[in-house]
Amino acid sequence: MTDFPYEHHDYDVLIIGAGGAGLRAAIEAKQRGLKVGIITKSLLGKAHTVMAEGGMAAAMGNVSDEDNWMVHFRDTMRGGKFLNNNRMAELHAKESPDRVWELEQWGALFDRTKDGKILQRDFGGHRYARLAHVGDRTGLELIRTLQQKVVSMHTDVFMECKVLKLVHDDAGRIAGCVAYWRPSGEFVTFSAKAVIIATGGVGKSWKFTSNSWEGTGDGHAMALWAGAKLIDMECIQFHPTGMVWPLSVRGLLVTEGVRGDGGVLRNSEGQRFMFNYVADMFRAETAETEEEGDKWYDDHAAGRRPPELLPRDEVARAINTEVKAGRGTPHGGVYLDIATRRSAEFIRRRLPSMYHQFMELAGVDITRESMEIGPTCHYIMGGVQVDADSAATIVPGLFAAGEAAGGLHGANRLGGNSLSDLVVFGRRAGMGAADYIEAGIGPSSFDLGEVETAVAEALAPFERTEGENPYDIQRDLQEMMQANVGIIRTGPDLEEAKVKLDEFIVRVKNIAVKGGRAYNPGWNLATDLPSMLTVSRSTATAALLRRESRGGHTREDFPKADPEFAKFNFALSSEGGSWDSPINATESPLLPMPNELKALLEEAN
Amino acid sequence: MADVTMRIWRGDSSGGDFESFTVAQNEGEVVLDVIHRIQATEAPDLACRWNCKAGKCGSCSAEINGKPRLMCMTRMDQLPEGPITVTPMKAFPIIRDLVTDVSFNFAMAERVPALLPPPMPEGGYRMFQEDVERGQEFRKCIECFMCQDVCHVIRDHEDNKQHYAGPRFFIRYAELEMHPLDQNDRRELIREEMGLGYCNITKCCTEVCPEHIHITDNAIIPLKERVVDANYDPVAWLGRKILRRTKRSSADAAVQPAP
Repeated sequence: MTDFPYEHHDYDVLIIGAGGAGLRAAIEAKQRGLKVGIITKSLLGKAHTVMAEGGMAAAMGNVSDEDNWMVHFRDTMRGGKFLNNNRMAELHAKESPDRVWELEQWGALFDRTKDGKILQRDFGGHRYARLAHVGDRTGLELIRTLQQKVVSMHTDVFMECKVLKLVHDDAGRIAGCVAYWRPSGEFVTFSAKAVIIATGGVGKSWKFTSNSWEGTGDGHAMALWAGAKLIDMECIQFHPTGMVWPLSVRGLLVTEGVRGDGGVLRNSEGQRFMFNYVADMFRAETAETEEEGDKWYDDHAAGRRPPELLPRDEVARAINTEVKAGRGTPHGGVYLDIATRRSAEFIRRRLPSMYHQFMELAGVDITRESMEIGPTCHYIMGGVQVDADSAATIVPGLFAAGEAAGGLHGANRLGGNSLSDLVVFGRRAGMGAADYIEAGIGPSSFDLGEVETAVAEALAPFERTEGENPYDIQRDLQEMMQANVGIIRTGPDLEEAKVKLDEFIVRVKNIAVKGGRAYNPGWNLATDLPSMLTVSRSTATAALLRRESRGGHTREDFPKADPEFAKFNFALSSEGGSWDSPINATESPLLPMPNELKALLEEAN
Repeated sequence: MADVTMRIWRGDSSGGDFESFTVAQNEGEVVLDVIHRIQATEAPDLACRWNCKAGKCGSCSAEINGKPRLMCMTRMDQLPEGPITVTPMKAFPIIRDLVTDVSFNFAMAERVPALLPPPMPEGGYRMFQEDVERGQEFRKCIECFMCQDVCHVIRDHEDNKQHYAGPRFFIRYAELEMHPLDQNDRRELIREEMGLGYCNITKCCTEVCPEHIHITDNAIIPLKERVVDANYDPVAWLGRKILRRTKRSSADAAVQPAP
């Protein structure tokens, strides 16, 4: 028997992260009769999933009966610029309708069609109206429904508990993790037969971001340190519409639903500039004139879709170009106008939280005035490399799902494909972990040496009397990543970023923290910075290697997509397993595409 | 812009006191921005909860100049001149500084009997917008727990937490009771164990709700009508008079005493 030095808990399946993916995984594992524990850095129900607004993509065909999984698959692959794991895209498109209906059985109340079915709305890159939604607060509905289901199943949830590191057994399998309680600062260990990473994104390393403090890439980093691989880390989605003013809310998300419901983008000259930015790939299905685009909203057969509804990477780059050309707003964005296009009553009913957000935070009445918006760091397509069907990583006992996993979205994610990703692959991770456990492969020991290393690293900032304030390091990191690894990148900027990131490692090793361990945000940040640096280094490394532009990765020095780069993902691994260890990159060939899926893509082109 | 002085309560379960900080403020900032500036410069160990900073997650509840507010949605320029006082929510035990132990709410959540729908037909359930809208209003709740904080029944009487669910859970029960698919009967539980009768509809909860949910009028009063015996709850009787409801549900009829 291991003599555990700290508070200790034992589970079959341990899930790190309590957003949509983690909660859905927990339900699945629990339904398989396993002992399940969930660990979250925040309170239950506060995860970043609540920020999702527009909806959840699922080809139910309630609004457009032409829709089906094959069209959804094709849209996802095209949106991802074909860097996607095609098996994940296939599973996602096939299974998301059942996951939506399942939520309804658990209490979700989606908006309805006239004949009482789940209403679906239009969104960028989706050929048909496909997003199940609840006004503009769909993420809240999703997390609350899953939360209530998890609670009704009496699942153990460890709230405000920060995981520092995964722990292995002596055969290299995952055996659990080491964490600390934020309220007390006391350490705690968890042993588990399988661990699911569902920790969400990494966006807090950028200055202008829609992500909360939690988006520090803990799961990405932990998985890398534990021996798993990260793919597509260069592919970061800058959502085209974040608030730009006031400064204190810069980056806060403005839902794509504004455009789905008729909102248009204009520059300072009043021009609907998106008509000038239609890439060849999307020309056949995009309106050529404002008149044609406007007809489409009422009747999709009467015209082609307006260019404001191109995939997010296309729109974000166009906005960036307009602002750089001097056609931006006073605060460096462009205008998003729905006021002149829809009635005040329609806007308040369809976009209640946007109305509220602008009114209260910016003093702007969106039923009367345009919004000032610009790109904001929103989502990472890249993540832990997993098997599509089981969500298993190459490390036995380690699984990953949701934003923390990579592959489904390729180089760019379509709006609405995230919420469906969470429940489709959250469930699959729960199944994968349960299958693994039922096969009887469990950890044989629990490496307390890894625990002690993690504890010593976490406590080191208290031992320094002279040292740096973690907040200063975080601010400088965010500014550097925004400037050097932002929406438009160049080789020299990325080279410089890599040098600076090595300097940040030195600075993090010199952090001094004031106060005690109980609920100390300065210390909490000091323990987040190693993950933030690991994911930032991963992004900079892969971005430098990808000498082309594709989806959420734009190189000014290589502005075109290069077919040679469409054959593989950059897969990163840690050489040493520590947060400051070197990160190596290899080319990981894309999954071969079965002929029947190839046919679907060819048919569409 | 002129600097601003913030009086922030600091301490833990053993006690504490106000500490004043004078810091810069910028145009358009909210209280949480200023708290973050204090953390980044003067007091990195100042404890506060927050997540989305967009009024969507309900983490950063505190009492600003004595009133429960979300720190992320309270603009500095809309507060009166002079020092601004920030204290933790009063109804919950202190963990540290502005952070309170809200586990009471999670314990109450665990006692809610889940939705019990009929088996789903092929192609999904049919429900109509007007039927889901009542529940949707309650599902806007972001669980900031400020309605719980301000409710006299628990704010002033800690021991009532044993047998009183509070406004957040009354809207949850109302949502389930009004759910078009639900087949569960929670009336006895709500009456006997969740203490609905203790609410004397002072509407304090409704006033502080950042989502502007009509907690009292749309949830608590109709719920009282459904579950509380009119003989023993004059408030429910009054509520019916005020609302002038003409149609009674079968659930109402079931709890009406015979004339």
